[in-house]
Amino acid sequence: MKVLLAMSGGVDSSAAALVLREQGHDVVGVTMRLWGGESDTGCCSVSDVDDARRVAQQVGIDHLVFNFSEEFNEHVVEPYVASHVQGTTPNPCIECNRHLKFDKLIERGRALGFEAVATGHHARVVDVDGVLRLARGADAAKDQSYVVHMLSAEDLAYTLFPVGHMQKSEVRELATSGGLRTAAKPDSQDVCFIGSTIGRAGFLEPRLTFNAATVVDGTGEQVGEVPAVELVTLGQRRGLGLGGGDKRYVVAVDVPARRVVVGDESELFISHTTVRTLSWPYGTDIQFVLDQEILVQGSAHGERHAGRVSIDGDTLVIAWSRPTRRISPGQTVVFYDATDTVVLGGGIVSE
Amino acid sequence: MAESTATLREYVYLDHAATSPLRAEARSAMEPYGDVLYANPSGSHRFAREARRVIDEARDVVAASIGCKPGEVIFTSGGTEGANTAVLGATRRTGGIAVCGSTEHHAVLHCVEHVGGTVVPVTAAGSIDPDVMRAHLADMNNVAVVSVMAVNNETGAISDLEHISHAVRRQAADAIFHTDAVQAACWIDLHQLWPFVDVLTLSAHKFGGPKGMGIMVIREGKHVEPLILGGGQERDRRSGTHNVAGIVGTSVALDVTQSQRAKEVVRLGALRDQLLAGLTSRISCATATLAHGAGTAGTAHVCLENLESESLLYLLDEANVCVSAASACASGAMEPSHVLEAMGISRGRIKGSLRFSLGHTTTESDIAVAIEATVAAAARLGATVS
Repeated sequence: MKVLLAMSGGVDSSAAALVLREQGHDVVGVTMRLWGGESDTGCCSVSDVDDARRVAQQVGIDHLVFNFSEEFNEHVVEPYVASHVQGTTPNPCIECNRHLKFDKLIERGRALGFEAVATGHHARVVDVDGVLRLARGADAAKDQSYVVHMLSAEDLAYTLFPVGHMQKSEVRELATSGGLRTAAKPDSQDVCFIGSTIGRAGFLEPRLTFNAATVVDGTGEQVGEVPAVELVTLGQRRGLGLGGGDKRYVVAVDVPARRVVVGDESELFISHTTVRTLSWPYGTDIQFVLDQEILVQGSAHGERHAGRVSIDGDTLVIAWSRPTRRISPGQTVVFYDATDTVVLGGGIVSE
Repeated sequence: MAESTATLREYVYLDHAATSPLRAEARSAMEPYGDVLYANPSGSHRFAREARRVIDEARDVVAASIGCKPGEVIFTSGGTEGANTAVLGATRRTGGIAVCGSTEHHAVLHCVEHVGGTVVPVTAAGSIDPDVMRAHLADMNNVAVVSVMAVNNETGAISDLEHISHAVRRQAADAIFHTDAVQAACWIDLHQLWPFVDVLTLSAHKFGGPKGMGIMVIREGKHVEPLILGGGQERDRRSGTHNVAGIVGTSVALDVTQSQRAKEVVRLGALRDQLLAGLTSRISCATATLAHGAGTAGTAHVCLENLESESLLYLLDEANVCVSAASACASGAMEPSHVLEAMGISRGRIKGSLRFSLGHTTTESDIAVAIEATVAAAARLGATVS
């Protein structure tokens, strides 16, 4: 099969190249250049492209670089900044997977005559009663089904995850035995377009206007202040100018009013969560989800919490089985079946 | 020899503006200097003197191909070194301003930007209007260097160096006038350019010489600071041990280019016209970037509006047709072309730009194959074709 493999220059996609070759596929590796600016972390640096190209040469496949920096800026960076302006907490990795790693890559793959695209994500495609579904990767600690949950059955039919059935240790062993220079490369961390030296605040500063805000307690009395309300996150404890005293957490952020409310940790626990912008990859079988207790994951590698969902127009309400810590608006929740294996859908928390 | 010719024939190579295959004459002339005549020409023994003679002869050949004096020829490591030396060397000498056009190669443009110089806009045809250059220079004092490329590397647009030179002489009499003639060597008689400039730079591999070699010609009495200091080779203007084989290959390739140029321009110009006519008549979204008959004989630059160069290049590569789009960045990704942007071409057209560049190995069948492959690739990506 003719396969277009996305190669970030990391160990997973490097090993994926070996697996696909082993399986006898005709593979072309492609590094997607996403972030045009400076960064010292994550993908897209010249040295990562060098790694991807060298691995492709070692494995014996062609390697190309596609420039998607305009699309990345439009679909990932600009919404990331806009989200902070609104005081919500974005997940740029998910938007990148949605719009770039899959939409653009699949579109390119189809246009250029490939029979499948592949990535090094730790996730699996499984057949459930004749329908292709996304499932967690075999290595629970490295599972990435959360960040690729939006893939439809049609996308999944065109997508391969060559290392999804492997443990990370097996991936590294394979890369080592193949003599690949990426074998011991650390996993990527954090947001790829934000350098570790400038950080989130340093990245956002030239791109939006920070507004100072008052920090108040539940009675409305001012107890502190922050220089940038846009950088405050629900559940945050530090950097609020509170001085000593009891532990207090951010329980509400009101950007237009320039106001942050702090309170007791117990105030962060709620019984219901509203979700919008649903990714419901499997179309009509939503009923299947409504009739059972499911598991909900609210961050990459985060804990799962049980709940039941109901649909109200184009929003969905999760009724938690027991009070659950609030998830920041803007964050993505992904629904899994009761065995915590198969992805049912997902969406973005609205409140 | 036979093997590499076979390889060349399997592929349609229309990327001569990126690099042109080493000419057979250059290859055989270079051969003895690898392991037999290995001496350093700066030495004093007989082997060194022999190497020195070879370089002196090569310098005479180069001077004759350009119409300059042998003492005005400096051998460099390539076009980029020449451009850097001209721009940075001139500004370091006087502390003055550097000026260039907006479609210059990055080897010039990045130097001018590096020293905080002035970038002059080009016309929609992709070249500098001498009156615009005059107006810019009239507003400036202490101009150290003006750099205008003879031929644009992406579009093949030709500069009117004669009239730009008049503007420079009138408004900035003390400035060094440099031309990056890297893309001109195969298409324009260098004797017709040299009289108008103070510094002319070339890259050997663009005219069938070896990579890693260049020529910088600097007019007697004009000076720029050297960028590379050391043993004082090239009359203290460019230190570093001479690359004897490279210098020999360069001189032979330039000599062959010079003697074949007139008939190659006619032959390849006709093929270029065929290529442009084929592409623009059969692909509905394809337009030629320059007006008919403009530009050098070697470049066919087209924009396939709303298609993606990256996809076109992939499909052409798959069909064994080697062409290029804009310049690549450090990662190898295609960057939107600053040249086409400076010409005011729309984003949609820039995105689908392709450069076919012809050279000494190009045949009529190459052109026919390239047309068919490009039509097929465009159709595949959704364009209307006939």
